[in-house]
Amino acid sequence: MEILKVQGVNKAFGGLRALNDVNLSVEEGTVHAIIGPNGAGKSTLLNCFVGRLIPDTGSVMFGNTSLIGLKAHEINQAGVSRVFQTPEIFGDLTLLENIMIPTMARRDGEFALKAWGRVDQDAEIRDRSMHMLEDVGLASKKDMIAGSLSRGDKRRLELAMCLVQDPKLLLLDEPTAGMSRADTNNTIDLLKRIGERGITKIVIEHDMHVVFSLANKISVLAQGTVIAEGTPQEIKGDPRVQEAYLGGAHL
Amino acid sequence: MSATPTPTRDLLMFVVFAAAVLTMPMWLAPIGAGYPDLLQKFAIYGLFATGFNLLFGLTGYLSFGHAAFLGVGSYTAVWTFKLLGMNPIPAAIMAIAASGIFAVAIGFVSLRRSGIYFSILTLAFAQMSYNLAYSVLTPITNGETGLRVLRSDPRLFDAAGQGDGPLVSTLFGIEMSGYPGFYFCAVLLIIGFFIAQRIFRSPFGTMLRAVKSNQNRMNYTGLNPRPYTLAAFVISGMYAGLAGALLCITDPLAGAERMQWTASGEVVLMTILGGMGTLLGPILGAGLIKYFENIFSAFNEQTLHRIFGFLPDFLETPVVAITSLFVGEGWQLTLGVLFMLIVIFLPGGIMEGFSRIGRMFRRSSGAKGSHQTAPAE
Repeated sequence: MEILKVQGVNKAFGGLRALNDVNLSVEEGTVHAIIGPNGAGKSTLLNCFVGRLIPDTGSVMFGNTSLIGLKAHEINQAGVSRVFQTPEIFGDLTLLENIMIPTMARRDGEFALKAWGRVDQDAEIRDRSMHMLEDVGLASKKDMIAGSLSRGDKRRLELAMCLVQDPKLLLLDEPTAGMSRADTNNTIDLLKRIGERGITKIVIEHDMHVVFSLANKISVLAQGTVIAEGTPQEIKGDPRVQEAYLGGAHL
Repeated sequence: MSATPTPTRDLLMFVVFAAAVLTMPMWLAPIGAGYPDLLQKFAIYGLFATGFNLLFGLTGYLSFGHAAFLGVGSYTAVWTFKLLGMNPIPAAIMAIAASGIFAVAIGFVSLRRSGIYFSILTLAFAQMSYNLAYSVLTPITNGETGLRVLRSDPRLFDAAGQGDGPLVSTLFGIEMSGYPGFYFCAVLLIIGFFIAQRIFRSPFGTMLRAVKSNQNRMNYTGLNPRPYTLAAFVISGMYAGLAGALLCITDPLAGAERMQWTASGEVVLMTILGGMGTLLGPILGAGLIKYFENIFSAFNEQTLHRIFGFLPDFLETPVVAITSLFVGEGWQLTLGVLFMLIVIFLPGGIMEGFSRIGRMFRRSSGAKGSHQTAPAE
């Protein structure tokens, strides 16, 4: 069953056609990678899924809900979480608070005026958050200020903040950008483990090692158009992809 | 900075705070601040700054128009006195309600923008309110003269009460002047502090700090920052309204100058001076500024000559000449210098100074401890 269906999406910035009649269909439970050269429109497409950009034409259906025109927080409440290229976390707050906020957002909705009880006495939220921190190996740092973490740890924290919400669809924008080989491998392992929870993922990635070790299906975007689609094996052998994306070099 | 204090520590902090506020007449007497008028100001402006800090300290939204709420609170309180009677409790309740409604309207518009644009919008609203109070709204505000309670007012519930003498609000027969006036304000400050403490530790407080930290992440976490900031704005406006009402209980007079931008700026100074985002900081900042205003502005050349009398004449004259610039009318110069020093050397305000001293003390006592155990090894 498909969880996300993108049909005929166009987006232009002035004279630049960033997206040109993009069609995409993401199956539930799969890892779908979107690759393409710089400026191909990958991030623009992702921004159209989360309410940051509104496509000029076309439709983006998440299950039976249209995502077009919804606000970012409404899209999240519908079950779509996003990891950013540079980790977006609450840098002035502790790790535990960073996780508790999305946990509360999932339980209490987009706004709840709970101004009387103590946040640290909410056992349900606290246990869930601690459990998640243990899962990503950050439990020992729970009282640290998140802004002081290393880049790799910030990334893991951000991922944990998304996972604790049990999203139906997780969008990952270059989850290993700027990471060392070791950190990259750790992240791949973590993402594979999440795979076991059956969360559908869309990954934008430059690192072919990451793409081929994670993805079930790959769409190749070039100049705003999907030029190829298929399994990693099919994509590896596709001459058009090698031409457009790899500049003709042999993979 | 690490985990939030435990409930026990919070309770201890509250008890110590309450005790310190109630015993202010005793421990502030040696530095010349132990008289009810000034103490009452400490309590009122402490409350004002506490409320302001709930918005500025937690969400980072810098309102430059909070004096408008102070003014609305004052006018509402005086009108309540005029119509219902001189009991301060209905006046306080009405002031909180009126400033809350006013804050919903201003906040709804201003909170569409953040950063400097939000500050400018609130400043514009406050200046508009100030000018309206002076001109168009004269039937309600009595313009330049200021609104006061007259003997001919209906005062529904106590028209028969109080014969001659100046009109002062009375709580069940106790006149709200002198120490009773101070204690009434002190109790409200303690209640206000308690509520602020609850908000700081609540899920709502955590969300407000999330607004300050990263609104983008908040959006993508499924949270709508707007109602959170609006709620914080309204609560903080209500604190200001209550403070405005309390300013009228001893002297039931409300004037437009209470809404002027200098008053809005003052509460910003108080909060930054004491330490934004801390519970006690803004109250300390308010106390310090009001103390300077009252004590330093009362100094004149004679007092300075008395203080520096021990110096030889050729030194005394220039010293007095220079220091006299900083006292009396020039007390704000002292405040300005102090403010600069604190912002440059202690960006976290007085509270940061305290925590630095605390850390130094702990480190030195820790070092001493290890010293003492050394011979045993």
